[in-house]
Amino acid sequence: MHVPLRRATVLIALVLAFLTVGGTSAQASPPTTSDEGGARCALPEPTDDDVISILGRICDRREQPQQPVEGVTVTVEDESGNPVGEATSGADGTFVFDLPGTAIENLGKVFVLTIDEDTLPEDTEPEVLQRNVPINLDNDTSVTFPVGEAAFGGSGKGAQALQLTVGGLVFSVLLAMAALGLSMIFGTTGLTNFSHGELVTFGALVAFAFDRLPGTVTIGGANVTVIVGVAVAFLVSAAFGWLNDAALWKPLRSRGTGVIAMMIVSIGLSIFLRNVYQYFAGPQARNYSQYSAVQPWEIGPLLVTPKEVAVVLIGMAVLVAATSLLQFTRLGKATRAVADNPALSAATGINVERVISIVWIGGGALAGLAGALLGLTQGFDYQIGFKLLLLIFAAVVLGGLGTIWGAIVGAFIIGLFTELSTLLVPAEFKFVGALLVLIVVLLIRPQGLLGKAQRIG
Amino acid sequence: MDLMSIISQSLQQAFGPTAVIYALAAIGLNVHFGYTGLLNFGQAGFMMVAGYSMAALASVWSQSLWLGVFIGLFLTIVLALLLGIPTLRLRADYLAIVTIAAAEVIRQSIGAASFSDTFGGQDGITDFIAPFRAVNPYSGPVDLGIVRWSGYDFWVMTVGWVLVAVCCVVVWLLMRSPWGRVLKSIREDEDAVRSLGKNVYAYKMQSLVIGGLFGAFAGFMTAIRSASIGPSFFATDVTFIAYTVLLIGGAARVLGPVVGSVVFWFLITALGIFFTQATRGADSLIPAWIMTSQQASLMRFIFLGLGLMLLMIFRPQGIFGDRRELAIDAR
Repeated sequence: MHVPLRRATVLIALVLAFLTVGGTSAQASPPTTSDEGGARCALPEPTDDDVISILGRICDRREQPQQPVEGVTVTVEDESGNPVGEATSGADGTFVFDLPGTAIENLGKVFVLTIDEDTLPEDTEPEVLQRNVPINLDNDTSVTFPVGEAAFGGSGKGAQALQLTVGGLVFSVLLAMAALGLSMIFGTTGLTNFSHGELVTFGALVAFAFDRLPGTVTIGGANVTVIVGVAVAFLVSAAFGWLNDAALWKPLRSRGTGVIAMMIVSIGLSIFLRNVYQYFAGPQARNYSQYSAVQPWEIGPLLVTPKEVAVVLIGMAVLVAATSLLQFTRLGKATRAVADNPALSAATGINVERVISIVWIGGGALAGLAGALLGLTQGFDYQIGFKLLLLIFAAVVLGGLGTIWGAIVGAFIIGLFTELSTLLVPAEFKFVGALLVLIVVLLIRPQGLLGKAQRIG
Repeated sequence: MDLMSIISQSLQQAFGPTAVIYALAAIGLNVHFGYTGLLNFGQAGFMMVAGYSMAALASVWSQSLWLGVFIGLFLTIVLALLLGIPTLRLRADYLAIVTIAAAEVIRQSIGAASFSDTFGGQDGITDFIAPFRAVNPYSGPVDLGIVRWSGYDFWVMTVGWVLVAVCCVVVWLLMRSPWGRVLKSIREDEDAVRSLGKNVYAYKMQSLVIGGLFGAFAGFMTAIRSASIGPSFFATDVTFIAYTVLLIGGAARVLGPVVGSVVFWFLITALGIFFTQATRGADSLIPAWIMTSQQASLMRFIFLGLGLMLLMIFRPQGIFGDRRELAIDAR
């Protein structure tokens, strides 16, 4: 009687924690137009047409309100340095560059925008000469070239690093949620789950399916369909995690299937689910109906969208809630005991199967939420989770397989590393770098940063 | 529904160049997983290094294909050593994660736009096959009644199946030698082997290198089959399909990968054509609201995933294998 009650309490606490945060995000999320730049140096409005445009502005920041800079030439190149075209800023300091080709062709590409220093007025200094613009959504993308003294005392590299750190943080939080689930599932069952990425995709798909349902959800007049969709994804993914365990892994455990056999089964499950997702959702990249084109806030040289802030806040809150549950509740202690030594914890009266079931529920929920939020920040397709899987592994192995804090620390290192490495190497190598980190860590500290030094060979 | 065309096309695939490639890749995995118990999930990486060595040497530096083969084999050995050093002392799942990560590192690096001058980026390399074509003894298509292959395909098959036969003999000879018995005992109980004074690490490394070399031949055949090579030929799923092939035939059996490849490509092609035919036309067998022709092309991969799961759960030893000889427990 006690234990089910406790489980219910934990679940309710999780849901409550989530809803509270969901509430704050609802206030933060509606797009706010930045009035910092003044009316005269504002970004052009995104247009909802079939062509992806890069919208930009060149503002002189020494004046307040900021002054537009006219007649500056901006060249656009693709990743390998082939020129795509150029644009010149108008009287309001803005330029619009329509990317050639259809939206689908441009998705996933990265364009490099460089301002021609010679065309700047003589008394101005550019803070940022070059910006990489990744096209992740089939919406117009905006970019700002501030002109004047560098705000942070550093050069353009400094500002760029700061901007990348913001992106890296958003990514890290999402990675950490997925990694925590994978690590706990490994810790309690010994299963290296190659289908964990499909739990991530599942969350994005549920949120998308909810978004596509006819009608909208409004609270106090505000359209919150997508926010509710993300919450629904969290809950349905929890159920999906439970189903994974109850329908497949629990029977396999009771048959005494070896962990390598289970690993190969999980590969089969991954291939199966990925193609089922594609069967129903199609191969194209998708976005939710709201928040795909949001006016960014301008904080110093940084461009931060409100949804990025919301995603980081939600993610942080969920991570804090999950780790607190693991750290302080009886159930959390039981979970850590099972992760440490299943046989011994069974002998002390812990119901190991129940703990494993709850870990799957929690792991599924975290992964699904990560997927839904990932879909919110950069859009998704049927294999977004599969693409993420190796980075999740990298994070978990880096921190220490089976540990709680290791998974989170590892995720933040990998997440920030992938983004910040683009300062030095082309963006196409950012995942390569993260995977090389994984291999190097295994070479010098195989148990991971926070893993216990015990025999793992 | 045209049963004859299903059988004909499935047989064409079952003995065609693709089946050769996966038989070779699975022979390599058989040495790794079947005999030694090493979980190499990066066979696609070995294939890619070898295939690209041959293609790039012939196309970019205009050397002979033979030199490319030797360089490819050499680089495969280097890759196996690089992967083995950090991971072979660790548990099986670490090797799995590192090899799959390494294969992806190789794929993303070779396919990167930065190296497109050498490796052709996502488009890959195409103009290297002329010397192989020039020695093709078959002038026209080869027709065996119910199934026919183009002259070039049949030439690739001839070379490929001879290669498969040679590899099988090599594996058979290796595994009946004392060296092979040490590998099998490592799979069964590593600590016992160590207590007998054998250097387990060295044996595992040799196994990784030799299995990788079989993978290298699969890589050469991949480049030759398509007369081109690109990063998309070496996606992670290639390794997983090779595992499925191995498990169908039966791990730790010399002919397991060969039979597995033939059976796998027969079944997967038959399924693919069945669903394509069933959804074709206005009055199709399966109505369009259930399945469109686009969705039909996914059905065989859905069955692939499902088949791999069920195979591993209910018959991990495959057609010929022995359940007691399967390394499916952690060690």
